[in-house]
Amino acid sequence: MINRFENIIIQTISRLLIPPIQLYALYVIAHGHYSPGGGFQGGCILGASFILMVIAYDIKETKRMISEKINTIFISLGVIIYSGIGAVCLILGADYLDYGILNKIFSVSPAKARALGTFGVEIGVGITVMAVMVSIFLNLVSGGEHEEAQE
Amino acid sequence: MLTTLAIIFIATGVFFFTTATIGLIRFPDFYCRMQATGKGDTLGALLSLAGLALYYLNNGFSLPTILISIKVMFIAIFIFIANPTATHAITKSGLECGVKPWTKEGIQK
Repeated sequence: MINRFENIIIQTISRLLIPPIQLYALYVIAHGHYSPGGGFQGGCILGASFILMVIAYDIKETKRMISEKINTIFISLGVIIYSGIGAVCLILGADYLDYGILNKIFSVSPAKARALGTFGVEIGVGITVMAVMVSIFLNLVSGGEHEEAQE
Repeated sequence: MLTTLAIIFIATGVFFFTTATIGLIRFPDFYCRMQATGKGDTLGALLSLAGLALYYLNNGFSLPTILISIKVMFIAIFIFIANPTATHAITKSGLECGVKPWTKEGIQK
């Protein structure tokens, strides 16, 4: 009996395609303020690459790469990056998420500091969205067991 | 010249899309439909996107236009690899779930 979860064609193609998908996700996050895309979209693509890994291999193999503990830490880390950048702006004397004031730290012009602040916030959003996507998919597909997909 | 080539590519791609759609509607069972859409859509998307990449080069052979054409070709290569694999996965899981193929006597119960 052939195991439904082990297919050499699908596994080989997934191994070939997952790194370009993750690279493209980083491209979408990093170019969010020049072109269509941004933190949420890039995070969704990054989460989709892990979901493809779950589909092609199995849940245990994926949890060896990104365990439940690290996943939960990522969910909180993104929110901390987002609110931390906002709080730094607040501490420096401007409004919440008013990145122009960050030029006191980075010694660049206010416009450049605004672009950098937006980029940092989008990295935080991307990390959180990726981790939440993987978490929701794992919980849905295994009924909360995290052992193997249910029939 | 480039426009003519692009029109030929896109027209051929649309022809393959049309045959794939006709196959999806008219073929008798699951496996025939999967092979029609798998092959037709892959070649159609590849040819259409190659035509678009050629057409964009009408704006001159500078670095930005060539970069955009290369990005379009990346999408085409991605579809060329991913679409047959997805077709294979769907067909194989259908076979393992016990979908019966069509024969001359109709679908065997």
